[in-house]
Amino acid sequence: MATDAPALPKSFTKGSRPPGIIADRAFRIIALLAALMVLVILGLIAVSTTREALPWFREEGLGIFTDTWDPSKNSFGALGLIYGTLLVSGIAVVLSLPISIGIALFVTDVAPRRLRRPIVYTVDLLAAIPSVVYGLWALLVLAPPLANLFETVSDATAGIPVLKTVFGNPSASGKSFMTAGIIVAIMITPIITSITREVFATVPSSQKEAALALGATRWEMIRGAVFPHSRSGMVAGTMIGLGRAMGETIAVALVIGSSQRVTANILGPGDTLASVIANQFGEASGTHRAALIGCGVVLFVITILISMAARTVVTRTDRRSAGTA
Amino acid sequence: MTAQPMPLTRSARKGRRELKNAVATGLIVASFVIALIPLTLIVVYVIQAGASVFNLGFLTEDLPFSNRREGGGIYPAIIGTLVITGTATAMAVPLGILGGIYLNEYGGRSPLARFIRFLSEVMTGVPSIVMGLFIYTIWVLPRKQSGLSGFAGALALGCLMLPIVIRTSEEILKVVPDELREGSYALGTRKAQTIRRVVFPSAAPGIISGALLGVARVAGETAPLLFTIGIVSTANFNVFDGPNTALPQQIYINAGTFGGFPAAQDRAWGAALALILLVFLFTLVARIITAIYTRRSSAV
Repeated sequence: MATDAPALPKSFTKGSRPPGIIADRAFRIIALLAALMVLVILGLIAVSTTREALPWFREEGLGIFTDTWDPSKNSFGALGLIYGTLLVSGIAVVLSLPISIGIALFVTDVAPRRLRRPIVYTVDLLAAIPSVVYGLWALLVLAPPLANLFETVSDATAGIPVLKTVFGNPSASGKSFMTAGIIVAIMITPIITSITREVFATVPSSQKEAALALGATRWEMIRGAVFPHSRSGMVAGTMIGLGRAMGETIAVALVIGSSQRVTANILGPGDTLASVIANQFGEASGTHRAALIGCGVVLFVITILISMAARTVVTRTDRRSAGTA
Repeated sequence: MTAQPMPLTRSARKGRRELKNAVATGLIVASFVIALIPLTLIVVYVIQAGASVFNLGFLTEDLPFSNRREGGGIYPAIIGTLVITGTATAMAVPLGILGGIYLNEYGGRSPLARFIRFLSEVMTGVPSIVMGLFIYTIWVLPRKQSGLSGFAGALALGCLMLPIVIRTSEEILKVVPDELREGSYALGTRKAQTIRRVVFPSAAPGIISGALLGVARVAGETAPLLFTIGIVSTANFNVFDGPNTALPQQIYINAGTFGGFPAAQDRAWGAALALILLVFLFTLVARIITAIYTRRSSAV
């Protein structure tokens, strides 16, 4: 301390800390600890679930990547479940993506300005309906007519080489990969919509106006100005939707049936990593339970990889658009 | 996607372009209409089927001994949902707000803050069933049967809420004008005091409405409760002692396991209506708070 400093209050010069500084630091540390809880919880999830799943990894070894899941024979290969997870979320994204992009365009570029907010609220209502209510509706209301439809599609495609395997053997109850895919598509539509909508909203209006001034129609303006600017945002939105679709549990568990095999027959029953946990955990013990927890670990790893990838796409875009600005 | 050169003179060409535009616009409008179909169908069906079983007894009586039988109510599940979600909120909201405060007020652009921000985004994407398994392995398993309690369910729901609250709090704190902070510092206030007395109060309505949206999201969760709360047929107000039940769980059991019985189906629809009303109530309150807040701040 310089000696020519102005006279300080007594408490400053006595060597003790100025008043309030301890509370000040304490608050900072408490806030930091709260923020670090995220790290702690994620770490604990990884460690504690992996530990409980170890017996499965140890007993099955690489056998976890076979598709024989049979609790009565104590055999637990998860390939069929991983396949089911990818198939259901794939169907969901394929169905949901065009519609979500359409709604986002409707909000940003087509609908009258004062209708935009109500439209956004309406679509967000889809996100407010709980998963189990979707499942209930899909099981009791949607599945029976779908079963009839599946029957018709299956009959119509009976003679055609590839389609007869994909659409052959429809399930009589309507519980199938397809049913699960449809209901998950509805559930992820609001999230993909809101992300793509935000991206579309960042397209500079000067570019849109320039396209229109050159005589472009609205669709040409969208293709020429909106899409190129938003491509990576759309990719990120799709990936986040895909991650959500993969983790979707209860609605899928109610309508997918129960079959843990790899099959091309998308109108037949299946199972996903998440739905098998929900459906079988209650009566599971020993290796079976370890295997189900292991399915959770696999799901955790897949969804984390996807959200990291989505995040990377977003940061790269941010940096690029920051560079051009 | 490069724009093709457009011959401006040929009107046939122009007609085709306009046709394309009309088709595309039609598809865009159609996609919104398509999204409305399931929304309307689900809401109408739940209200219809739910209202037919809704009466005072349904809301105030205990669950029947067997799901196959008619009669009984869903009172224990309503209580369970309220106390479990309430406990989760009491844990996750203060923690989440503090986390948001750290990220915006202290961390800023530091590597640690960026890392935590990234992790909380990752945590938002963790499937709810994995949260359930996590609490099962870390809380229920070591305690055997006595581990099944409302509190275990609340822990799982709290873990789901935490990143949502952190992120919304940070977003709201970000829009608090720096002039407020500077004014406070100029009066000689310390940072913690500034945050508590100046920054937080002006962000509070936004943070509360964000937290309520988080509550609405987790109140309907079933998967995290499957292996954590057990099940009871009478109301259990004590989250720490003994198993509990919740509306989503009752819907799942009555629709799935007992889906073949009309009485169970009716109960599932009734519980679904109760759950949706609850979730919409939270959402509505959050929206009202936001609306009041934005009107007031724009008037200033």
